[in-house]
Amino acid sequence: MSTPGSLLSFNINDGYIEGILRGFRLGLLSNVDYSNLTQCDALDDMKIHLATTGYGDFLENEPSPLHTTTIAEKCTLKMVEEFNYLRANVVNPLAQFLDYIRYGYMIDNVVLLITGTLHERDPEELKEKCHPLGLFDSMRTISAEATVDGLYNNVLIDTPLGPYIQSCLSKEDLNEMNIEIIRNTLFKAYLEDFYAFCMKLGGTTAEVMHDILMFEADRRAINITLNSFGTDLTRDDRAKLYPALGILHPEGIEKLKKCDDADQVKAAIDFYPKYRDLFNDTQFNEDKTLEDSFFEHEVDMHKHSFYRQGGYGAFYSYFKLKEQEIRNIVWIAECIMQDQKSKMNQYIPLFPN
Amino acid sequence: MGDVLSQMSPYLWASVGTGIAISVSVLGAAWGIFLTGTSLLGAAVKVPRIRTKNLISVIFCEAVAIYGIIIAIIFASKLTDSGKAPTDTDFFSGFALFFSGLTVGVVNLFCGISVGITGSGAAMADAANPALFVKILVVEIFASALGLFGVIVGIVMQSRAGFSGK
Repeated sequence: MSTPGSLLSFNINDGYIEGILRGFRLGLLSNVDYSNLTQCDALDDMKIHLATTGYGDFLENEPSPLHTTTIAEKCTLKMVEEFNYLRANVVNPLAQFLDYIRYGYMIDNVVLLITGTLHERDPEELKEKCHPLGLFDSMRTISAEATVDGLYNNVLIDTPLGPYIQSCLSKEDLNEMNIEIIRNTLFKAYLEDFYAFCMKLGGTTAEVMHDILMFEADRRAINITLNSFGTDLTRDDRAKLYPALGILHPEGIEKLKKCDDADQVKAAIDFYPKYRDLFNDTQFNEDKTLEDSFFEHEVDMHKHSFYRQGGYGAFYSYFKLKEQEIRNIVWIAECIMQDQKSKMNQYIPLFPN
Repeated sequence: MGDVLSQMSPYLWASVGTGIAISVSVLGAAWGIFLTGTSLLGAAVKVPRIRTKNLISVIFCEAVAIYGIIIAIIFASKLTDSGKAPTDTDFFSGFALFFSGLTVGVVNLFCGISVGITGSGAAMADAANPALFVKILVVEIFASALGLFGVIVGIVMQSRAGFSGK
């Protein structure tokens, strides 16, 4: 099903950068690194072990009592460095693809800005809390905007998310709508657009990203449903948040729209063996939440995109795996700080044996 | 049709055949080299040890171009001008050189592409796991043998060709 001739011409523009990406992937922490980290007694020991991996001396200049937030920040900055290197060395369509990866983080930043402006926080403080991968140019003009209207007109419309914001939200919505609904509406528009873009690219990219994005959409649908119980989100409003793609779309989504509690959700997804297994996993294991099952499944899918040559799916997967690695490092660090060594092994290994 | 063909000089056919032999072979070799070279460069940034071993893929691609040049030189040395009207032997030689050149060229084109794609996979697999290189090299050797088949057939096809020179 790959477009004929894809491997013949992929290397012209993207061969070098694919080699670089696979080099990055080899730098992800291995099982040996994780077992070294779990045996650390203090965060300074973790710093020493991380220095031997691809992270290198990134914590060198930090003052001695390390905090987990510093580790998280510095790891994220390393990821951003790698992203920027890749982004600087590519041309379209891979450049556009990498930009789509950034839009996900931009949505979180935009939501942060809107909330912050509504509560009249200091714009500088907000900028510091933004995820570094989701920065956009018009952020510099934020300090001049004190109102949400101003934010809408001058800042948000100019961002790459402008089309999504224009199609789903109006100025009044920013003030009135619940912030989580704004986030989910934007993400729905982004996911559908990204899916259409990947399908247009065709070939290996379309095959790999199809599975990944379908799972992302289904996961969102299930999470939206489960998180909406007990809030004042009406069924109709909730129905508007489900993305129009995924294995659950359209029949599973119809069932989810009518659900009112967790058992009904379980019954609704019972027809889909993959998700039924993920739900059942959590029942047999007390410490494992549904989110953990989803992360594990996601990690497995992302590893598979590296088995194909000549597509862009591996770029998306690399950054998701890197995020998971950072979450793992922070989890281990928190367990060390809070002296909960028994829970330390609940991180999600990227390369289980 | 027969009239048109008999009016066209056999030297046209022979010369074009020589040109095709070298140019399409070089096309195949160049295609293979860029396919494997870009992946090799990218993978070698993070894993420098693969640099020297994987140059063998580039050498296999280059060999394809060398086959083309050998054939072209053999043909070119057969191209002599008699100054007289072309005889039937000349027509035979013209056609033999043309189609022999075409054979060699197209076979080398696909051989070069094949070695290139395999070589690019070999570079990235070697970067991930050093034990894989030798196994993938076997695949490349088979791909490289295709070019050799083309050369052998090409040489056999033109072995009896010869222009009645001065």
